[in-house]
Amino acid sequence: MSAWEPVIGLEMHVELDTRTKMFCACEVTKGDEPNLHTCPKCLAHPGALPVVNERAVEYAARIALALNCSVQPRNIFHRKNYFYPDLPKAYQISQYDEPLAVDGWFEYWVDDEKLGCRINRVHMEEDAAKLVHAGGDAGRIAGSDFSMVDFNRGGTPLIEIVSEPDIPSPEAAREFLQQLRNLVIELGVSECNMEEGQIRWDANISVRPEGSAELGTRTELKNMNSFRYLQQALEAEIPRQVEIIEAGGRIDLETLHFDPDTGSTTPLRSKEEAHDYRYFPEPDLVPLVIDPDWVEGLRATQPELPAARAERFMSQYSLSRADALVLGSSHALAAFYEEVVALGAGAKPVANWTMGEYLAHLNAAGLEAGHGHVTAERLAKLVKLVEDGTVSTSSGKDVFARMIAERAEPEEIVERHGLGQISDMSKLKAAVARVVADNPAQVEQYRGGKQQVLGFFVGQIMKATGGRANPQLVNELLRKALDG
Amino acid sequence: MIGEDDVRYVAKLARLRLDPDEVARMAAELAKILAHIGKMSELDMTGVPPTAHVLDVVNVTRPDKPRPSLSRADALRNAPAVSDDCFRVPRMG
Repeated sequence: MSAWEPVIGLEMHVELDTRTKMFCACEVTKGDEPNLHTCPKCLAHPGALPVVNERAVEYAARIALALNCSVQPRNIFHRKNYFYPDLPKAYQISQYDEPLAVDGWFEYWVDDEKLGCRINRVHMEEDAAKLVHAGGDAGRIAGSDFSMVDFNRGGTPLIEIVSEPDIPSPEAAREFLQQLRNLVIELGVSECNMEEGQIRWDANISVRPEGSAELGTRTELKNMNSFRYLQQALEAEIPRQVEIIEAGGRIDLETLHFDPDTGSTTPLRSKEEAHDYRYFPEPDLVPLVIDPDWVEGLRATQPELPAARAERFMSQYSLSRADALVLGSSHALAAFYEEVVALGAGAKPVANWTMGEYLAHLNAAGLEAGHGHVTAERLAKLVKLVEDGTVSTSSGKDVFARMIAERAEPEEIVERHGLGQISDMSKLKAAVARVVADNPAQVEQYRGGKQQVLGFFVGQIMKATGGRANPQLVNELLRKALDG
Repeated sequence: MIGEDDVRYVAKLARLRLDPDEVARMAAELAKILAHIGKMSELDMTGVPPTAHVLDVVNVTRPDKPRPSLSRADALRNAPAVSDDCFRVPRMG
């Protein structure tokens, strides 16, 4: 039996955070009451003409540049025709053979391996309206009596990013999408809010004999909005395809349904009427000619992107790749980290505190980096208190928790709760003497050559001092007492 | 050439219901129209870029500034049916 390898391609749809829609001046809003942001254009009243939102073009071009695409000098919009109630014109204005940008690449990391993926294209289109299926079974289409359409979202600028099938595993697919999302957020063009459905993904997957250069027939997953489900669905699809092929069967190009409860994929037997979108140039929009100087202006004002920032963190702060990727993943977290380091605390300990206690705190409190009572100043002070031995690492964690609860400066908390590290030699010597006297059996073991019993003594002393004893001094004193 | 199957297929995509007489008539008419358009293919177009728009105009855009939308009542005035402030349509699928 030969080994098989998966080949995965991805598409990502991103709603832009422009103020207005792609082709009309209705406001783009989130979570508003239904049908408050519509006009004759986005409701497709006869005779209403679309006009391109120039900010949306800029945002789209920023995405394209960040993906190393070449922005095309001439852009044409096309009509993509299909009937569905979320599309009042019965076509979506999209781009087809003359899109905004083509031929890019994206580098991303899976553990310690840098992978590259070619980007086929980045194009502009408009989002559909929101459909709510009433009656029947809790919002599902099947069994519903009728559907309700809210056109607030209809016409929101939507960017489609299409990769080539260069992605070698389901895990790599998840990393690709997470890191691509971070990149789009960093550009400031979309918050990529997953609960609001601001980003959605399609994936296609095929398998082939390992090392083969040919592509097998692919199946597709549509409209996913969970990284975890996407990875699980792809993981489930590989053995399903391999089993069919090894049994002498054939893979059909079809759309899959993923059931998170069973973790399995099943093909959705779509009605035989295959998609026939009958693309043709949108006669209501004239060509968009892109000025190369304008593109260069955008390129010169691109923000620092997460991957570049991670590289900088590695060289500037001597961080590991893994730490640099986490700390560099978002602008807010990176800015917080750099602020704490700039206040004089050590780069490596600050990295540990930021990724450990601080991130846990942000997640628990639902805060964004840089907000809340743990300010950069306070964390810097705390890290310095640990670094200079005023408090032990374990007491430091206690101080951190109390900074949130008591909204106070770390040195006040140390003072208030007596959390300072005990470095007083006479106190430590007394504690060591007591532990040695109380545990003759362990002393015997240690002197018999069992070095690891030292840990037992350290633990006893920490217990006796509420974790406040200076561990370095304790170690020294213990060895002296036991070896002597 | 366009046949009756093509007419039925296009009608289905456009959600048009045609009776058999209409299918036959449309097939004949569409064939004539396509033949007329086909005349143009006889011209030598070497070196002529494809036309995307009949106007010699490019870059009609607008700034990203909101303008007032319709009131919900006005927006829903043309709805075939209304439910919970939404356009209500027959179920799909």
